[in-house]
Amino acid sequence: MKELAANANTNRMTYREACRQAIREALIDDPRTFLMGEDVGLYGGCYAVSKGLLAEFGPQRIRDTPLAEATFVGAGIGAAMAGLRPIVEIMTCNFSLLALDQIMNNAATIPHMSGGQFAVPLVIRMATGAGRQLAAQHSHSLEGWFAHIPGLKVLAPGTIEDARFMLKAALADPNPVMIFEHIVLYNAEGDLDPDVTCVDIAKARIRRSGRDISILTYGNSLPKSLAAAEALAAEGIEAEVVDLRVLRPLDNATIFESVARTRRCVIVDEGWKSGSISAEIAARLSEDLFFELDAPIRRLCSREVPVPYAAHMEEAALPQTPQIINAARSLVKPR
Amino acid sequence: MSQKPHLDRESGRHLFKQMLRIRRFEAKCAELYQAQKIRGFLHLYDGEEAVAVGVMQALEDSDAIVATYRDHGHALARGLPMTTLMAEMYGKAEGCSRGRGGSMHFFDRARRFYGGNAIVGGGLPLAIGIAMADKQLRPGAVTACFFGEGAAGEGAFHESINLAELWDLPVLFVCENNLYAMGMPLELAEAETDISRKADAYRTPNEAVDGMNPIAVEGAARRAVESIRGGNGPYFLECRTYRFRAHSMFDAQLYRTREEIELWRERDPLPRMQKWLEETHMLSPQELREIEADVEAEIGKAVAFAEQGQWEKIEELERFVLVDEVPE
Repeated sequence: MKELAANANTNRMTYREACRQAIREALIDDPRTFLMGEDVGLYGGCYAVSKGLLAEFGPQRIRDTPLAEATFVGAGIGAAMAGLRPIVEIMTCNFSLLALDQIMNNAATIPHMSGGQFAVPLVIRMATGAGRQLAAQHSHSLEGWFAHIPGLKVLAPGTIEDARFMLKAALADPNPVMIFEHIVLYNAEGDLDPDVTCVDIAKARIRRSGRDISILTYGNSLPKSLAAAEALAAEGIEAEVVDLRVLRPLDNATIFESVARTRRCVIVDEGWKSGSISAEIAARLSEDLFFELDAPIRRLCSREVPVPYAAHMEEAALPQTPQIINAARSLVKPR
Repeated sequence: MSQKPHLDRESGRHLFKQMLRIRRFEAKCAELYQAQKIRGFLHLYDGEEAVAVGVMQALEDSDAIVATYRDHGHALARGLPMTTLMAEMYGKAEGCSRGRGGSMHFFDRARRFYGGNAIVGGGLPLAIGIAMADKQLRPGAVTACFFGEGAAGEGAFHESINLAELWDLPVLFVCENNLYAMGMPLELAEAETDISRKADAYRTPNEAVDGMNPIAVEGAARRAVESIRGGNGPYFLECRTYRFRAHSMFDAQLYRTREEIELWRERDPLPRMQKWLEETHMLSPQELREIEADVEAEIGKAVAFAEQGQWEKIEELERFVLVDEVPE
């Protein structure tokens, strides 16, 4: 723990380093915890998150797996049911489809279907999102899909602090928790507040306060939304930015409180619009907050195409800061 | 030699009685299905009883079980109370899964029964994880994972055997080869129909055994468990068996002939075992009557228990979707 504290003295770090420190801390804290996944050991992690951990913890606790997503995810579920606290890494959410049966039919189902006899205290981490020209099969945003499933908790860290501390909270949770780390954020840098040692995984967080409009977002759309809010401030529009953080269960209270106050909202979601988490939030707002709204709910999502390779097309496919600015402006100052 | 099954009067009668419990329990379930007391899917184990009964003989209380959706036999042979199983069939709150699982999803934490799994091949990865946990937390424990030959078509089957061997995990893979994956005949589904040979590809010790003979199954399971407990990693046991009845209650059985079923019925483990016990003077007519009476009484109690059970309150519907703590 001393070494950990020494490392933690450097408060400026990347999102990647925050993820790494979180895993390291978890391995130090609990002998039942291990990390398992493709290339987490020798290779150091596809996104270099687990670099150095194999040397420190050895192959029993940093387990390289064959390319067998269904089975190593299922093994994580079984190990959790039988007393361990595994962290399973799926290299990217695109490959989680190969393990979807295990996640949906076992992890999400068994606690209920067994009448509460078995819990699945498992954490599944994976990279998500687009923005690095990796083309369609490596650029999906599937967190919204998983947020459809009862029995799972779905987290989307959009800040260095959440990348650093959500894992600890997820491991302490007796339910299966999925953490979606955005590929563009791994290189993001930020300062950690030295007084913060944990975060909750139940609440959304207001990252910037404002009275005119609520921008509801998460993941890599969070920095884009914060940039938009900054630009809007220059023209006199005070936008509040709500970081959803937890996509399941959604924190209705924080979302509703913010939108009831600003009376306008735009939802920014890197998933496709049809059947998305943004659709769910918009539906809840219109069901419960209809009479508080002064303007229609607006959504900015990815264009409904497989995310293309070429930079200009990829950029056009994803929600970007100028669109957020325009959407907010059009709601606050309609012509 | 510990590998050799104990063929004394007591264990012979035990095997017979266990198989009879399963056979008669399921006959009652089929009857209750017609009476619409039991609904949903009902997959009977009729014909395959020797497999579960034989394998369970080789296991200890500390071992773990992963079963399939055809799980009545596994559960009864493992010692789950017939009362709570029947209550589960009825969908009652007193059921072993509090009415949330039904016929296909029996669970029992106390008996390390990790559930009937209704996705073919879906239980194998769980067994890998349970064995990983046991290796660290309960050294010596074995996870017995049951699945049908249809699972051999699934990727998870191959991935799981590979991982178990690679990581030296204490898993007993038990393939219940009843020749049909629902209606899909083995020879139309697999290029290599000799299922146990697939384990060779993963260097996993394996054996094919007559799954209609509980003594043979028990002997093979004891050899397998001894090998696993000896630290030799997993073991693959193929039990060649047959399902006498339809796949479920909605099956016209267009894929096989009456003649084939009749041919297999000649190998029915129950009359064969009974005849053998009688011929070797291990079972007197009086003792047979006693066993049958015991079983009928147990079934009667189970039905009464289920009938008297309560419906889970609707206020409890969402309970356990998320849990507040990990049960100890």
